[in-house]
Amino acid sequence: MELAYGHPKSLKPIQTKYCPGCGHGVIHRIIAEVIDEMDLQAKAIITNPVGCSIWADLYFDFDSVQPAHGRTPAASTGIKRMLPDHLVICYQGDGDLAAIGTAEIIHAANRGEKFTTIFVNNAIYGMTGGQMAPTTLVGQYATTAPEGRDPIGAGMGYPIKVCELLATLEGTRYLARGAVNNAVNIRKTKNYIRRAFEAQMRGEGFTMVEILSQCPTNWQMNPAESVEWLEKNMITFYPLGEIKNTLSASASAQAR
Amino acid sequence: MAEEIRLMKGNEAIGEAAVRAGCRAYFGYPITPQNELTAYMARQMLAKGRTFIQAESEVAAVNMVYGASSTGVRAMTSSSSPGISLKQEGISYLCGADLPAVIVNVARSGPGLGGISPSQGDYFQSTRGGGHGDYYTIVLAPKGVQEAADLTYEAFSISEQWRVPVLILADGLIGQMMEGVVLPEPIDPATLPRKEWAVGHSAEMHRPYIHVTSLNLVPDALEAANRLRFERYGKIKKELVRYEEIDVDDADIVFVAYGTAARVCHGALEMARAAGMKVGLFRPITLWPFPSARLAGLAERGKRFLCIELSMGQMVEDVRLAVNGKMPVDFYGRCGGNVPSQEEVFAEVKRLMGR
Amino acid sequence: MTEKTFMAGFGGQGIISLGQLWVYSAIKEGLKVTFFPFYGAEKRGGIARASVIVSSDEIKSPIVTSADSVVVMNQDSVEIAEKVCRKGGTILVNSSLIKADPARPDAKIVHVPCNDIALKLGDVRIANMVMMGALCKVTGAVKLDKLESILPSFFSSNKRSLISLNIAAVEEGKKAVSG
Repeated sequence: MELAYGHPKSLKPIQTKYCPGCGHGVIHRIIAEVIDEMDLQAKAIITNPVGCSIWADLYFDFDSVQPAHGRTPAASTGIKRMLPDHLVICYQGDGDLAAIGTAEIIHAANRGEKFTTIFVNNAIYGMTGGQMAPTTLVGQYATTAPEGRDPIGAGMGYPIKVCELLATLEGTRYLARGAVNNAVNIRKTKNYIRRAFEAQMRGEGFTMVEILSQCPTNWQMNPAESVEWLEKNMITFYPLGEIKNTLSASASAQAR
Repeated sequence: MAEEIRLMKGNEAIGEAAVRAGCRAYFGYPITPQNELTAYMARQMLAKGRTFIQAESEVAAVNMVYGASSTGVRAMTSSSSPGISLKQEGISYLCGADLPAVIVNVARSGPGLGGISPSQGDYFQSTRGGGHGDYYTIVLAPKGVQEAADLTYEAFSISEQWRVPVLILADGLIGQMMEGVVLPEPIDPATLPRKEWAVGHSAEMHRPYIHVTSLNLVPDALEAANRLRFERYGKIKKELVRYEEIDVDDADIVFVAYGTAARVCHGALEMARAAGMKVGLFRPITLWPFPSARLAGLAERGKRFLCIELSMGQMVEDVRLAVNGKMPVDFYGRCGGNVPSQEEVFAEVKRLMGR
Repeated sequence: MTEKTFMAGFGGQGIISLGQLWVYSAIKEGLKVTFFPFYGAEKRGGIARASVIVSSDEIKSPIVTSADSVVVMNQDSVEIAEKVCRKGGTILVNSSLIKADPARPDAKIVHVPCNDIALKLGDVRIANMVMMGALCKVTGAVKLDKLESILPSFFSSNKRSLISLNIAAVEEGKKAVSG
């Protein structure tokens, strides 16, 4: 009998510490599903960042390395260069990737490092309690933007579109943006992850999937409101889809 | 057949020794006066099909070491003082995760951007951990090109044995100077055993999944981990202390100096002996662990000490802690990139001895 | 035997090559050596100096502050040569470029018209090799008898044609101070 639904092998059967409505749990799950489908559990290594997902190693059932805040792409570089036949997943939040680790992600992408970055963008610092992130939307409230993000008047600058920024670099081969606010987007996002992992295992260049995700706690709303807020505010600013795909033609065909 | 003696710059000899020690990955960033080392590694590592990356910063370089080391390979980075300051974040994480690594500091003068000339002003940073948290790194201080090569070669195995990063503390003079050097036997990295604590190859290693981390949010658990690490430090202090003594037995006054300063003191010692003065030299080779017990023993025997450094006085604090007031400990130092001459140091001895 | 030599000139005069070849030859003759160069940030025209020691024993301080011999290749370096030479030491002066003797009556001053000899041989760039020949003859510290076997590894392949010219320069340097 075919198993229609079950708990992924690569994810431990335990409850997460993530808040109700948080996107990390779903993202963990679809990553684990793809790893199982590709039969890569024994070859997977995740670098979990400083941020709420620092606990990723409690949930993923494969090897992990926990680097300093923002240095995740540098550590992933070291790991993937040593173990090119392994699946290396560089899991990053928006503070980790687009603030303190901007140099590391740009140069890893530019070198065409062959790991996959999973960039979880929830437009806020979660673990430290709701401070403004580089991806916080204009006008969005944060503890460090008490009147909302004010790019000019308060000198807070603008939200950074990371996929579009990295798309200009020749080392990047696959940059996609998904979301986990509803089932359709989750399914699409899982496909992006699969495409990126497959490209990594073929040894193509830098791959990244940005995932728009809810943070109801720090957005100060309930989970239902948060998925709606993401749909209305984030997706309109951060367009979903494959922002850049220069993977080999055969691979693209195969993915479809 | 006699071993071939090669004429090499300190920076290049350090690089060659690392390659021969089976260093599998090197990550660097340009800074004077260690640039020859990065360039040497670029040539040798790439030619041998190993990993060389010119990183975007010293911060990235040390975190690449963190990643590479977590897979169990021999990994290294190098820099000079301001760059080593930037690496302290990564060094703290390496120590917290009990990962081995070799970090070379071809030190220059500071603070700040300072100058590019030799200095020993990084002694405190090197021997007190250097970054945040409760930890130490093993610190080896070569006195010349041959010892720089020997200690670098050995640093990899010491670091693996103790699961503690090893810092090679050289200076701009040792990095830039050329001397004859006999190089150690090359080790093929492929012949080194896989580490049971490293990530990757989990199926072949028949082990549970591994999590390399320095995170520990439970105070009791973190305290226990730190205590365990300090037990290891205790063993290192017992087993790893190294020093060299010259003419100490009958000496009334003993120089305490390491690296370049020790070479200058050795010259001054010869001048003093020629003038009939009983002067000796005590040269710590391990700056951490520091040879405190031996110095205390010499103080018991009535030796007085003159500490010579290329700094405003840093190691002298460890000498004073070891001697613990039993005998006088004097200090003479030059800084800013200046290296005292042996005549200058000899004059200081004469002054102290009332001659 | 220990010979501490201080070498000084301006960038481009080949001070660094001179020092390196001197210690490389010494190593091949079984001696211990140190060579510590220091120069300005400029690639050409700045100061170029080197502390160079060859010895049959272990070398202590690698910094030459009381030199047995001093090589002075240009006028601007005369002052430092006067300071660094030990009492009764030897100062070898590139007399092609330096007209007044260093003010050290206690020292032995040796005149070597390095540039003139080099030009006569056809290339002013080998003035440093003329000086090395003179240093060899005057100090006797390094014999330079293995120089011919060393030079091929010292020069890049496109400069190997210059080897015989360099050897000739060293020989002329020796002759210039044998009288």
